[in-house]
Amino acid sequence: MSNLIALQNDSANIVQDEWTLINLPAAQVEVRKQAGKIVLFKLTGEQSVTEEQIKNTVIPEKGKIIVPLRVFIARNQELAQKLAEGEVGVWLATHELLEDLTTNIADINSLPIIAIFVERFADGRIFSLGTLLRKRYHFKNELRAFGDVLRDQLFFLKRSGFNSFLIRHDRSALDAIAGLKDFSTPYQGAIDDPRPAFKRYNRGT
Amino acid sequence: MYKYDEIDQQIVDERVAQYRDQVRRYLAGELSEDEFRPLRLQNGLYIQRHAPMLRIAVPYGMLSSKQLRKLGDIAKKYDKGYGHFSTRQNLQLNWPKLEDTPDILAELATVQMHAIQTSGNCIRNITTDQFVGIAPDEVIDPRAIAEIMRQWSTFHPEFALLPRKFKIAVSGTAEDRAIVQAHDIGMEFYRDNNQQIAVRVWVGGGLGRTPILGTVIREHLEWQHALTYCEAIIRVYNLHGRRDNAYKARIKILVKALGIDEFRKQVEAEWLHLKDSPNTIAETELARVAQHFEPMPYETLPAHDSNFDAMVASNPAFSAWVKRNVHPHKTAGYRAVTLSLKPHGKAPGDITSEQMHVVADLAAQYSFGELRASHEQNLILADVKLSDLFAVWEKARAAGLATPNIGLLTDIICCPGGDFCSLANAKSIPIAEAIQLQFDNLDYLHDIGDLELNISGCMNACGHHHVGHIGILGVDKDGSEWYQVTIGGKQGNDASIGSVIGPAFSAEEMPGVVQKLIDVYIEARTEEERFIDTVRRIGVAPFKQHVYADKNQAKEGAAA
Repeated sequence: MSNLIALQNDSANIVQDEWTLINLPAAQVEVRKQAGKIVLFKLTGEQSVTEEQIKNTVIPEKGKIIVPLRVFIARNQELAQKLAEGEVGVWLATHELLEDLTTNIADINSLPIIAIFVERFADGRIFSLGTLLRKRYHFKNELRAFGDVLRDQLFFLKRSGFNSFLIRHDRSALDAIAGLKDFSTPYQGAIDDPRPAFKRYNRGT
Repeated sequence: MYKYDEIDQQIVDERVAQYRDQVRRYLAGELSEDEFRPLRLQNGLYIQRHAPMLRIAVPYGMLSSKQLRKLGDIAKKYDKGYGHFSTRQNLQLNWPKLEDTPDILAELATVQMHAIQTSGNCIRNITTDQFVGIAPDEVIDPRAIAEIMRQWSTFHPEFALLPRKFKIAVSGTAEDRAIVQAHDIGMEFYRDNNQQIAVRVWVGGGLGRTPILGTVIREHLEWQHALTYCEAIIRVYNLHGRRDNAYKARIKILVKALGIDEFRKQVEAEWLHLKDSPNTIAETELARVAQHFEPMPYETLPAHDSNFDAMVASNPAFSAWVKRNVHPHKTAGYRAVTLSLKPHGKAPGDITSEQMHVVADLAAQYSFGELRASHEQNLILADVKLSDLFAVWEKARAAGLATPNIGLLTDIICCPGGDFCSLANAKSIPIAEAIQLQFDNLDYLHDIGDLELNISGCMNACGHHHVGHIGILGVDKDGSEWYQVTIGGKQGNDASIGSVIGPAFSAEEMPGVVQKLIDVYIEARTEEERFIDTVRRIGVAPFKQHVYADKNQAKEGAAA
């Protein structure tokens, strides 16, 4: 069964995924030592994909695909035809920069889908990225969260402009759907409704 | 104080339901330990040494009598009959059962309270001056904006999972009592040249492992933009703050790494997009919320009360209490009263269920049914008539709430420490108790005068040791507990971070060490000089010399 939740006109349904996610081939992850502990360094903006990986990424000829941002930028010629046919989407990880996407594409809405990969659910950068894509860059198409996507973050993801959620494979999407309705009247304006409660309702004088 | 409408009530009710289900899923094994942790933390629930600890939010320190009675009842029903006021004006229960916490929250919701965002990597409870609204030096009462910010920050979707915790303090007085410089964001309200309400915005302050005082990021911000400007700051932090190392994840580290100029540039660039967006505060919303914080219906009273003056003159114990625990008030004939939660030999900030009821009754009878918690871990009755002070004192004294030590050495700020907290390196409460007993002579205590002694059981600095005139930090050395001493820290407009005097001491040595610091002060002080002034004038060296004299002698003796 599919684990993809799609939100349309405030109604959430579990739907089949028509997109194929293209992953980068595995590479040596750069590991640095600090203060005696091994930590993975993936600071904002740090190049975390190698030329080798980009070159070796397999792009299928047929079907709708979501390609990694670095591949999308480096191999844009190759992808131009598919993009024109509406069969290319882009995914990026939370440490990557949106500017790298927006400066490498003439019209962001030529992408039918942008997906953001969240490695750990506690990484809240995804909320700012969604907010910026919708508000700053006026992205109107499908915005998907995938990776460590769990029920208790769905409400925040929805409010940050996401309208599709690929729930982590070992969890039930059916159960997770309930998370979208945790609160009925949030206080602050966000992407789903930019008006704060004091502008949405007459709270008296 | 602020009263919930249906929207506020619905949010806390839905939170109870959400949290109840999260606990159910955790107990049923549907949520892993790692997945449940941030969820319970954002609801104030820690798993501690002996039991969970539940931290209940007291927004900007304001409580009603009704709420305090409920807290007392909850502490009795679900805990061991007492609670602990923290340095962030919240109330902590040390012994609740995990299974009971949804019911506790449901009970809290009936008195318009909650535990939302009292922990976790999110925007925490907003704190302020305990004399807000009544202090003679207050320029702006910031409570309405603080409440608007509380609502804005509650479940803010973009800032639900920040790199690390995020603390905001607001203040609107000439003399800062909210330590705005020691917060991630400090909002200092003032009237600008056009008599409009404006904010001086501080950023990047914080205690903890790396104590740093904040820097002004914006001198002048019109109040309407308070939310959008904070959004700009927190967005830059959310995107660029470090997430690879919890010890380097606070905003202060990002501000230091980028430098304030670059950080300001990024924030201002972000704010250009956010300025005037719908989260801009409407005049009508400020007016709606502000009416909850209108001045109390004060009587017109003379500035003096002859009975009160007579009691002060004739009763030395009352007089000592008035001197330390009674504070000036904007309105003639009224005073603010601090009820001390620092009786000598007891855990600072602790209060029993019975005492909570006594305080609630005192507030109901003498102070318009409201009270405040201070970051110094005491309770305040803000609006007491001069003529009622004696009666308040007698009742407070009978309940053990009238120790005349406010602002004195034994008014110790202290975290729960190793007795309760699983983060702690060392115990802190027994150190506080031992020092209080060492200085149990009230005349001596009053002679020593104004002195802030702060104790933290680890470098997370919940006890604000960096800004104590004397700061004590529990450290772990090879599995045993030691205490590092700093002097010269201070909160307020001229805030400073204390200097370490030298190698750490054992628990048994601590009362003696404090005694020696005091001896140097008494010897060196000029008339009118407080401890902190003497430290600033003569420096750390004379204190260090005296405190370590015996140790050095012992060493030399051993060498010879």
